[in-house]
Amino acid sequence: MTRFELNGRDVSVEVADDTPLLWVIRDDLGLTGTKFGCGIGLCGACTLHIDGRAIRSCITPLGAVANARVTTIEGLDPKGQHPLQKAWIATQAPQCGYCQSGQIMQAATLLKDFPDPSDQDIDAVMNGSLCRCMAYVRIRQAIKLAAAELRSGTVHEGTAHE
Amino acid sequence: MGQHVGTALARIVADELEADWQSVRLNYVDTHPKWGLMVTGGSWSVWQSFEPLSQAGAAGRIALIEEGARLLGVAPAACTARNSRVQAGKRSISYAEIVQRGDLTRSLTADELKRIPLKKPTERRLIGKETLAIDVPSKTDGSARYGIDARVEGMVHARPLLPPTRYGAKVVSIDDSAAKSVKGYLKSIALDDPSGTVPGWVMVYADSFTAANSAAEKMQVTWAAGDTANVSEQDLLDHGAKLIDDPAVGSLVWPDEGVDEAFAKAKSTLERTYSTASVLHFQLEPLNALAFEKDGIWEIHTGNQWQSLILPVLAKALGVGQDKIIMRSYLLGGGFGRRLNGDYAVPAALAAKAIGKPVKMLCTRADDVRFDSIRSPSIQRLRLAFGEGGSVIAMEHHAAAGWPTQIMVPDFMPKGANGVPYDPFAIAGADHWYSVGAHRVRALSNDLANRTFRPGWLRSVGPGWTNWALECFMDEAAHSVDADPLAFRLALLDGKGRNAGSAPNAVGGATRQAKVLKRAAEKTNWGGTLPADSGLGIATTFGQERGMPTWLACVARVKVDRASGVVKLEKLTIVVDAGTIVHPDGALAQMEGAALWGVSMTLHEGTQIEKGEVKDTNLDTYTPLRMGDVPEMEIEFLPSTEAAVGLGEPATTVVGPAIGNAIFAAVGARLRHLPIRPADVLQLLKKTS
Repeated sequence: MTRFELNGRDVSVEVADDTPLLWVIRDDLGLTGTKFGCGIGLCGACTLHIDGRAIRSCITPLGAVANARVTTIEGLDPKGQHPLQKAWIATQAPQCGYCQSGQIMQAATLLKDFPDPSDQDIDAVMNGSLCRCMAYVRIRQAIKLAAAELRSGTVHEGTAHE
Repeated sequence: MGQHVGTALARIVADELEADWQSVRLNYVDTHPKWGLMVTGGSWSVWQSFEPLSQAGAAGRIALIEEGARLLGVAPAACTARNSRVQAGKRSISYAEIVQRGDLTRSLTADELKRIPLKKPTERRLIGKETLAIDVPSKTDGSARYGIDARVEGMVHARPLLPPTRYGAKVVSIDDSAAKSVKGYLKSIALDDPSGTVPGWVMVYADSFTAANSAAEKMQVTWAAGDTANVSEQDLLDHGAKLIDDPAVGSLVWPDEGVDEAFAKAKSTLERTYSTASVLHFQLEPLNALAFEKDGIWEIHTGNQWQSLILPVLAKALGVGQDKIIMRSYLLGGGFGRRLNGDYAVPAALAAKAIGKPVKMLCTRADDVRFDSIRSPSIQRLRLAFGEGGSVIAMEHHAAAGWPTQIMVPDFMPKGANGVPYDPFAIAGADHWYSVGAHRVRALSNDLANRTFRPGWLRSVGPGWTNWALECFMDEAAHSVDADPLAFRLALLDGKGRNAGSAPNAVGGATRQAKVLKRAAEKTNWGGTLPADSGLGIATTFGQERGMPTWLACVARVKVDRASGVVKLEKLTIVVDAGTIVHPDGALAQMEGAALWGVSMTLHEGTQIEKGEVKDTNLDTYTPLRMGDVPEMEIEFLPSTEAAVGLGEPATTVVGPAIGNAIFAAVGARLRHLPIRPADVLQLLKKTS
């Protein structure tokens, strides 16, 4: 049995330790916002947070998150109103939307590391997240918009799980 | 499809209906026959739906006004409708109340619908105005449901094992002794497919996807491969070239008389050959479907673009009538044409039938790619005849590729002048709007390609590669007579004869194409000077089809590194005239995405057929455009109230040749194959220096 914290609640699963975390979250714990794209950690659709850091859950074994804090898109903000989520809507970033959970989770850690990201910072961090609809122009806009909101001092109370 | 076209379609209905936009919701239908033909593709949605949805909205408004008037006790003529209310002077009643209390039995015949006067552009309240897309919020919080998220009580999971060839493979033996060590593994079955969709497939069942996946890796299956097991990309291109060499084959799409006579008396001629490599859809959500039988009805849960195409195939595969199958709609994690071909629903249905339980089939990424309906490699030969003073007097365009429509829906193929059917989605673009005198267009089906893989419709279909040839060729033609590539094109876009255009879809004809071209040149200071090894390239297209022209021009600015051959795409400037724009921000998003698809296929993608299969099966070697590769983009829509035409694909068609022409302008290297690789640029630079 493996225990960890998922979006602020304790969970335990009876699944082999080498099972990719992605499938434990999707199939055993029923949270389907985290997506399967390539299975080799190169598209970013499966990105979620372990102890606040973005990782690729398709290549992370369940055993690696024992007793860790795991946050998925469903837990980024209790009301789905994280500055990034609001910015994603304001810029109308999603097209098919399939990669966007991963994009947002990756962007969330980008903003922790680079509160005022340059284009080069965004390229460096977000290059690992493929958007097949090629909505990159708006993803970049959204990241800058959310960064500006966070820097403006607006208190964001939605990071309870992080 | 999931790219907000639903919002555009809803705006069309709501505008005539005088509905309160804040209370508009989108529901997706299933495949009940009452909904009619179900297909989302071809950049057709807004173009095809504009009139019928406007009429439906207007008819609804009329019915609500009539019934509202009755409930208010006034004459319909005294009433107006606005914001989901019928008003008569100071009194009003909501649509909701009319529906609850009233007797809405009004029906209109098709002829009556056609006679309803529709709003003039100046009377519209929603069309052409900005709004947020209805489906975006659910795509930011993980709540949007895609096919991969579908589940049902008691389902088992399955991963397929694919044979070494798309067709003709037979299972010789299945050994699952190692797979039995995987906890949760159930069994493996070779599918029996009366529809011939997935010959030689073996399905590995387990109680979870991860178990099915692990078990599949341990399976030992041997196949007798089909006869395409050794086909290579070069074989396919060589075969296409051989077909073009034979004047007796192919379909004569444009049969103008006088072509041979014009070439015979020409002062000079130009002939060039262009080619494009295999391209993967690589839609991010790998193919999947959930299938089960309940009370004698088969349910198929999956994201799909053309349900009406696959239903009869499913019926044949399952051995039941189409009335015993229903497909449920889900968002799709990318279509791009891959999900027009619903072949992936067939193995899921067969797997469920074989095991007698609901089955969720999911392909791994490599399975998905091996089963892709790729964009066929293509080869094209273009010829131009010049008369006095560099005037153009005749042209020929011969194009050979695998034909998706021939394989999947042959009834859709019109006949050429010589009686041979052709795939319109594998030649459109060659029937261009330039006045070139006598013009011969010949389309050739690459039968070796058709047998090696199942050719697919991929974003922008034929025009995505016919324009690579046509627009690079126009540049070469201009240079061959010492003309400026812009001026050369403008002179041919004279809007005369068959290029004058016609109502309702192509009013203005080639003169509108000339207009976008001029505007793009003006925006980019065409003819100005640039730094060393930088260049501007221009191209223009009419989008997806002559009957639905989306007029486009693109100027690409590149800088070429002579040491490495690397092409840096610095900027794209695109001007588009798509007639009436329903949802401006959605339209812009489609232009942005489609243009970057064009960039990606030109500089970043492309694979090869190797031993009968695609060489690249995942992102370790297949490298679509990423965030850091995005150029600066400037996209301008010319204002218009003409018929609304397509926008999902057209920008893809114009970008590649603009980049190719820009490279020539920068360093004198003429690329004639897609994708453009640094090694190819380097080789040309060495030749020219």
